[in-house]
Amino acid sequence: MKSLEELRQIKERALQRRKLSGEGSRARVVVAMGTCGIAAGARGTMSAILKELEQRDIADVVVTQTGCLGLCEYEPIVQVQVGDQDMVTYGNIGPDRVATLIEEHIVGGAPIEKWQVRR
Amino acid sequence: MAFRAHVIISGAPEQAQEVKTALLEQIDTLGLNEEVEIREATDLTIASRGVEAVIYPDATHYINLTPEDAALIAEEHLYKGRPVEKLAYAEPGVEPLPEPSIKEVRVVLKNVGKINPEDIEDYIAEDGYAALGKVLTEMAPDDVIAELKASGLRGRGGAGFPTWLKWTFARKATGSPKYLVCNGDEGDPGAFMNRRVLEGDPHSVIEGMVIAAYAIGASQGYFYVRAEYPIAIKTLRAAIKQARTYGLLGENIFGTGFSFDLEVRMGAGAFVCGEETALMQSIEGKRGQPRTRPPFPAVSGLWGKPTNINNVETYANVPQILLRGGEWFASMGTEKSKGTKTFAIAGKVKRTGLIEVPLGITLREIIYDVGGGILDDKAYKAVQTGGPMGGCIPERFLDLPVDYESLASVGSIMGSGGFVVMDEDTCMVDIARFFMEFVQEESCGKCVPCRVGTRKMLDILNRICGGEGRPGDIESLEALGKYIKSGSLCGLGQGAPNPVLSTIEHFRDEYEAHIYDKKCPARVCRALIEYKVDPETCIGCTRCARNCPVNAISGAPRETHVIDPEICIRCGICEQVCPVNAISHE
Repeated sequence: MKSLEELRQIKERALQRRKLSGEGSRARVVVAMGTCGIAAGARGTMSAILKELEQRDIADVVVTQTGCLGLCEYEPIVQVQVGDQDMVTYGNIGPDRVATLIEEHIVGGAPIEKWQVRR
Repeated sequence: MAFRAHVIISGAPEQAQEVKTALLEQIDTLGLNEEVEIREATDLTIASRGVEAVIYPDATHYINLTPEDAALIAEEHLYKGRPVEKLAYAEPGVEPLPEPSIKEVRVVLKNVGKINPEDIEDYIAEDGYAALGKVLTEMAPDDVIAELKASGLRGRGGAGFPTWLKWTFARKATGSPKYLVCNGDEGDPGAFMNRRVLEGDPHSVIEGMVIAAYAIGASQGYFYVRAEYPIAIKTLRAAIKQARTYGLLGENIFGTGFSFDLEVRMGAGAFVCGEETALMQSIEGKRGQPRTRPPFPAVSGLWGKPTNINNVETYANVPQILLRGGEWFASMGTEKSKGTKTFAIAGKVKRTGLIEVPLGITLREIIYDVGGGILDDKAYKAVQTGGPMGGCIPERFLDLPVDYESLASVGSIMGSGGFVVMDEDTCMVDIARFFMEFVQEESCGKCVPCRVGTRKMLDILNRICGGEGRPGDIESLEALGKYIKSGSLCGLGQGAPNPVLSTIEHFRDEYEAHIYDKKCPARVCRALIEYKVDPETCIGCTRCARNCPVNAISGAPRETHVIDPEICIRCGICEQVCPVNAISHE
C-alpha cells in the first residue's frame, strides 16, 4: 500500500465485486463459520450446499463464509440473497434442510418464512 | 414371522393397556393379526404426552391417544396405509424463529457476520484501513492520542483504564525498541466476545494495532491468543499475511516511512496469562506468573522495553474512533463510560449469545429485552457479570446502569463482558463454590494469600454445601476474602473472593439456611435435600424403582413405593421418570 489513492481503488473494486450483477451471479449464499457455527455443523451445511448446487448444475451462485452473527443458538446460520433483494437470514440449517432451501429460495425465488431469523 | 408394521405403545400402564386393547380388537376385526405386531415400551419421550404410539416402518409418532383414536389409527393407518395426521405429533422447531433485539448498537461488531474474514478487500470495502491511511498521512502521534482522549475509550479487558493515558505513558517512555501487545487470552468461562471479533473481523484489530503502534512509536507487535481458539488463530494468521501482501504491515506503510509488523503467540491454557504481566512473561517464554507493578509495562514491559498492551476489543474500537471522530464515540454511553461493549449472555435466559450494547443500558434491558427474559418464565435471582471474579447482582439492582463504576459499586466488575444469568432454581452458595473452585484451580501459586486462601475458602464452601456448615463459617469467609483481596498481586487474587463476598452480602439468608437449618432453599445441594414419594399420588407403576441406579427404592407393583434416604444418592432420576409426579424433593 503506497498511497490513499491505491486504497480507494481497492475499495471501489471490492464494492463493485459485491454487486451481483457486476459478476453475473443471480444469488449469494453466506454460511456463518465461526467456532459456534462449526460446532453446530456448519461444515456439513457448507458441503451440502456446494454438492446440491453442483448436482443441480447451478454455477451462478456465489457461496462464501462469514463469522459469528451473535445468534449462536440458531447455528448453523445461512444467509441467502437473491438478486437485489434483501439478505435473508435462516437459522438451524442442517444439511437436511439444504435441498429445500435451494429449491424454494434460490430456484423458486420464494424465501422460506418459517426458518427465518428476523434481524 | 415377519410383520409389515410394528406399533410401539407407551404411557401410564392402565391407560396404555386400554389403548392397546382397543387397537388389538380393531386389528382383529380387520384381519391384520399376522401383519402387525404390537409392543410396549417404557418411555418413548421424556415429556409426558399421555399414551403415545410410534408406528414403523415410517415412524409416525402419535400422542395423547384414547381407545377411540386407536380404532381410527388401525383402520386408517394400518389397514388403508394413510397416517392420521390430526393425531400425529410434529417435531418442534418449525415455528418462526424470534426477532433479535433492536437495542443493540454495533461498532466493534459492525462487520462481524457481514464480511468474509478471509478476504482483506471485503474489509477495505467497509472503509477498512481508511482510518490508518488518514492517521499516517494527516495526523501526528499526539493528534491520535488527543482523539482517543476525546472519545473517552477505556480498556475493554476489564479494568477500564483510559486508553489514551496508557498510550501517553508508552509514548513518553524512553527505551528502544517499543513493543505493542494485543491481549486475546480470553479465559473467562462462557465468554467469547474476543473470539468472535478475531474470527469475524480480524483486520479491525490489526488496523487498531498499527494505529496504536504509530501513536506510541512501536515497531513490533505481538498477538497473544489462547490456543483454545484454533479458528481465530488461523483466521488471524491469514489476515496478517494478507495485510503484509497489501503493504499494510511491514516496511514503509502508505509510503510514509512508518514500519510495523505483527506476530501471533499462542497461550497454553493458563487463565492467569490473561493478566498483563503474566502474559508478557509467557510471550518471553517464561513461566506465566504476574509480577509487581510498578514498573508498569509502559515503562518496562516485554524484554524490559516500553510496551503497550490492550485487549482485542479495545483495539477494534480504534479505527472507527479515528474515522468518525472521538466526539461521535463519546456520544454513546454514560459520563464516565463511553461507547459500546460486547457481552456474552449465558445461563438461564431465553436467548443466549453475543451482543453489543451502548454502556449505561440497564441490567434489566440486557436480560429482558435483549436476552428475552428468564428461561421457562421462572423468577430472576441474580446475574454474575465479568467472569469468575465477578460478583452476583440481585434483583433490587436490576435497574442499575451497566458501566465500570456502577458495577463496582455493587461488588461486581465489568470484566471482559461475561454475563451469567441465574434463576430461582440456582443455589447461591453452590454457585459461589463453583466459581471458587475455578479460581482456586487457576491460581498460579505465587502469592500465598491467593494460593492458600482460595483453598481455605473452597474447603469451607464445600463443607457448607455438604451439610457440615458451622457457626462462624460466614465470618471466616469474609475475613479470608478481605486478606486475599489485599494480599494478592494481580486481578485473579484480588477478584477471587468477589463471588463469595457478593453472595454473602446479597444472599446471606441462603448461607444461614445451609449452616443453621441444614436446608438448601433452592433445593440444589445434594447433602441437604431428600427425595420423597407421595403415597396419595403413587400408582405403584415400579418405574422409579426400575430406573434407580442404586436400588434405593422398594415397593411391590401397584403399591406405594418408598425411597431409602440412606442409600439414595439424590440423582433425581426417579422424579424425572415418575409418570404421575408423585416424587418430589426438598
